[in-house]
Amino acid sequence: MYPIIVLSFTGLLTLFLGLDNPKSKIILPGTVLFLLVALCSNFLDWNAPGTYFNNMIEVNNPNIIVGSLIILSTLFLVLLSAGQFEDEQAHPAEYYALMQFSVVGALIMATFNNLLMLFLGLEILSIALYVLTGSDKTNLRGNEAALKYFLMGSFATGILLFGVAMIYGATGSFEIHAGTTLALAAPSSKIFFYVGIVFTLIGLLFKISGAPFHFWTADVYQGAPTLFTAFMATIVKTAVIFSLYRLLASGFPHEYGFWVKIILVVIALSLILGNITAVVQDNFKRILAFSSISQAGFMLMALTGINEKTFANLAFYSASYVLATISALGVLIVVSRNTLREGRPNENVDVFNGLFKRNPDLAVVLFIAMLSLSGIPLTSGFWSKFFVFTDAIGKGYLWVLILAVLMSAISLYYYFRPVVAAFRPSAEAAVNVGALQKLVLYGAALLTVVLGLAPGLFRALF
Amino acid sequence: MLTLILFLLPFISGVFLLWNKSNGLAKTATVLVSLAQLALFIYIGSVFFTDAAALDYSVSWLSEFKVSFHLGLDGLSLVMTGLTVAVSGLILFATKDLNYSNVSRLLGLILITEAALIGVFAAKDAFLFYFFFEVALIPVYLIANLWGGEGIARITLKMFIYTVLGSLLMLVSFVVLYLFAQTSDLAELAQIPPRLKPGINHLLFWGFLIAFAIKSPLFPFHGWLPDAYSKSPTPATMLLSGLLSKMGIYGILRILLPLAPLGTADFAGLVIYFCIVGLIYGSVIAIQQFHIKRLIAYSSFAHMGLMAAAALTLSASGVQGAVFQMVAHGFSAVGLFYVAKIIYDKTGSRSLADLGGMSQRAPKLATLFLIILLGSVGLPLTNGFVGEFLMLRAVFDFQNILGIIAVTSIILGAVYLLRLYQKTMFGPVTSFTENIEDIGLKELVVLVPIALVIIITGVFPNGLLELSSGFANTLPLIK
Repeated sequence: MYPIIVLSFTGLLTLFLGLDNPKSKIILPGTVLFLLVALCSNFLDWNAPGTYFNNMIEVNNPNIIVGSLIILSTLFLVLLSAGQFEDEQAHPAEYYALMQFSVVGALIMATFNNLLMLFLGLEILSIALYVLTGSDKTNLRGNEAALKYFLMGSFATGILLFGVAMIYGATGSFEIHAGTTLALAAPSSKIFFYVGIVFTLIGLLFKISGAPFHFWTADVYQGAPTLFTAFMATIVKTAVIFSLYRLLASGFPHEYGFWVKIILVVIALSLILGNITAVVQDNFKRILAFSSISQAGFMLMALTGINEKTFANLAFYSASYVLATISALGVLIVVSRNTLREGRPNENVDVFNGLFKRNPDLAVVLFIAMLSLSGIPLTSGFWSKFFVFTDAIGKGYLWVLILAVLMSAISLYYYFRPVVAAFRPSAEAAVNVGALQKLVLYGAALLTVVLGLAPGLFRALF
Repeated sequence: MLTLILFLLPFISGVFLLWNKSNGLAKTATVLVSLAQLALFIYIGSVFFTDAAALDYSVSWLSEFKVSFHLGLDGLSLVMTGLTVAVSGLILFATKDLNYSNVSRLLGLILITEAALIGVFAAKDAFLFYFFFEVALIPVYLIANLWGGEGIARITLKMFIYTVLGSLLMLVSFVVLYLFAQTSDLAELAQIPPRLKPGINHLLFWGFLIAFAIKSPLFPFHGWLPDAYSKSPTPATMLLSGLLSKMGIYGILRILLPLAPLGTADFAGLVIYFCIVGLIYGSVIAIQQFHIKRLIAYSSFAHMGLMAAAALTLSASGVQGAVFQMVAHGFSAVGLFYVAKIIYDKTGSRSLADLGGMSQRAPKLATLFLIILLGSVGLPLTNGFVGEFLMLRAVFDFQNILGIIAVTSIILGAVYLLRLYQKTMFGPVTSFTENIEDIGLKELVVLVPIALVIIITGVFPNGLLELSSGFANTLPLIK
């Protein structure tokens, strides 16, 4: 709960840091400090489970870990952004402030106990992101992306809100546990309840870019500045999957037979559409966009077999996905910085050409990230897939597993395209990496391997 | 504990060599590590016969899922780890004197492959097995790409996708079994299948089989093989053909037969037909090849088919023959690919049309090449004969007609291998082979041990056979 307050406050403070001089040198260290404070404050509630704000927010140890994961990912991204905002148009203080606000939304979504809080969290998270998506004002694609994201996003939020209203109508309460009592007491009002479930689910599935609610993803990922693409891919996904978990596992456990059908359809579509469409893409960010759709499918697999381990499984999946995505997009940020293609930094796969010669270390980071995303052992990605598989098969959904496996094989093709490009001979100059970026990229790659070798380290937290 | 050291030594030294920049240090280190591995393995062998249980090493890896890091050796594992240690030692010796840039990294990656292979062959836990099974491919993939020529990326990607698809299907089978057993210990998983419905048993069988069929590879899953073997740089080819392909046959013996007995009983016959088709098909194609590496690649593919067929006949002689042949083929495949590399380095050509008359100028090479080649053909008194004889007998017992067809592969094998020998070593000297020199000490260090192994295990096959018979008796389905 504390980081919500801390970050709301420090977000404002960050705005003031850039008041005199928008390019001030203290903005970045300041933001890092704020995030560290938020991270520490998160642990004030450690071993003190309870609820806050009239039972609207629930705090317990697993939630604290998810919160820390979100804050840490933000910290990684902020460090990665060092040296990013040097052109004239940039306003780093505002970006960092918006990122912190967005994290507040994410934290609320991961801990809500009340559907109104879910809505609030989603809006806080999204509105900041709409702005960040369009933050590069000179980029036409960025503007298009921001507008698309905004229009589609508000539409989805509207649907979510409608669903919340329906649930309220059926149960007379915004509490997520209200459905449980209803299920036992008054079966006749259930039709509203079901409609409510469907609509809230759609709202959230939109945000996690599960097919068929994924149409915004590719354009938005491609148009947004790479750093915020990474933000979208990591923090938003983590926040939404945990809000889905809270909603389904603690909100509607009795309606399992009903909502699981929706989730299964979304999984199947996400896996098929995400993976097959990614194969024909050339832009690395678009590839990762479609990969994020298929990864959403994998994450949702955990929800089909909800049990006491699912929370830890999802946390592991998110952590692994976050690390891999940050490494992959981080390498793209570094490599594409001084390249040009049609007036913009080159973000096509061929930007990685010859990376194994130009900067072997970066190439290894990219390789590890891609191995992790495709779920090859030695990386954490393998275990995360393994964990969600055990969840899905626990309820007997073998066909989901086989579909996922076939799609994973397809996914190798596009995940390895940057790697294959990196092996290609190239005359391009060597790539220089800043110290902070090195820290983030090597750190993320190392953590990916460490979690791949000893997954127990992370799971021991739960 | 000893098994763990056997695994850790190449792994740690491999990781060290990845960072190291000095080639001289790297070469010394590899020699020392290879010899130390060999000594350690011999010691392990002596411990095995007194106290095999002492070689078990188990530590909890993921306690809540009851997955353990469990290494241990039985007869089959001992043979396979021995093969890995010896053959990767030879590959290291061969590679360190070949002309590659960044030799230290290359040697490091080979050592890591060795470690992963030891992991595969010693794993007693299903997920540990899966882990190493996949990991072994990564360093080879890197070797092929970083030291390979033009167009290698596409080829190795194909190989990667093929094998990962297979392994993922194996993972599904493992997860299904795991769900029922709630542990991933291989011995305990073997208790599960009899209690499951036939449908699930069949699913397990196909999941495992496709994984191993792709890895070996067996007909019709060999699409990745010809290009991958012929276009990869020689160290990668030697690793793939000599060692990685054995993971497929080992998997059939270690995983498929015990964990999917019902499926094996129902479908093994069908698969054997495909294996024999692959055997003949590979041999026929090998006859038509002019590219030396492609020829050896198809010959390797054909041999794998026979090994898989023999293993699946579920008879003691088949299993023993397959195990024996894995060892024989491990050495001879590495030897043949190494000779191909030597020929290429000396003459600059890999085409049979360009070569000839090399025996006049390089008699040592010609002699050793002949021994290795005859081992591969299966001439009596070489180890190829023992393995092939046992395997063909098993196929013959399984079905006479099939046995007769399979036996023709020996003739076909003699045709393509002797043709290879004749076109390179005999005949008129060509412009490519005019000025070559004979091999020196560097090459002899690799080729002589291979030739010795081929002859010694061919004349005295009993030691190996006893080890594999110990394993064969533990299999439930042996008739």
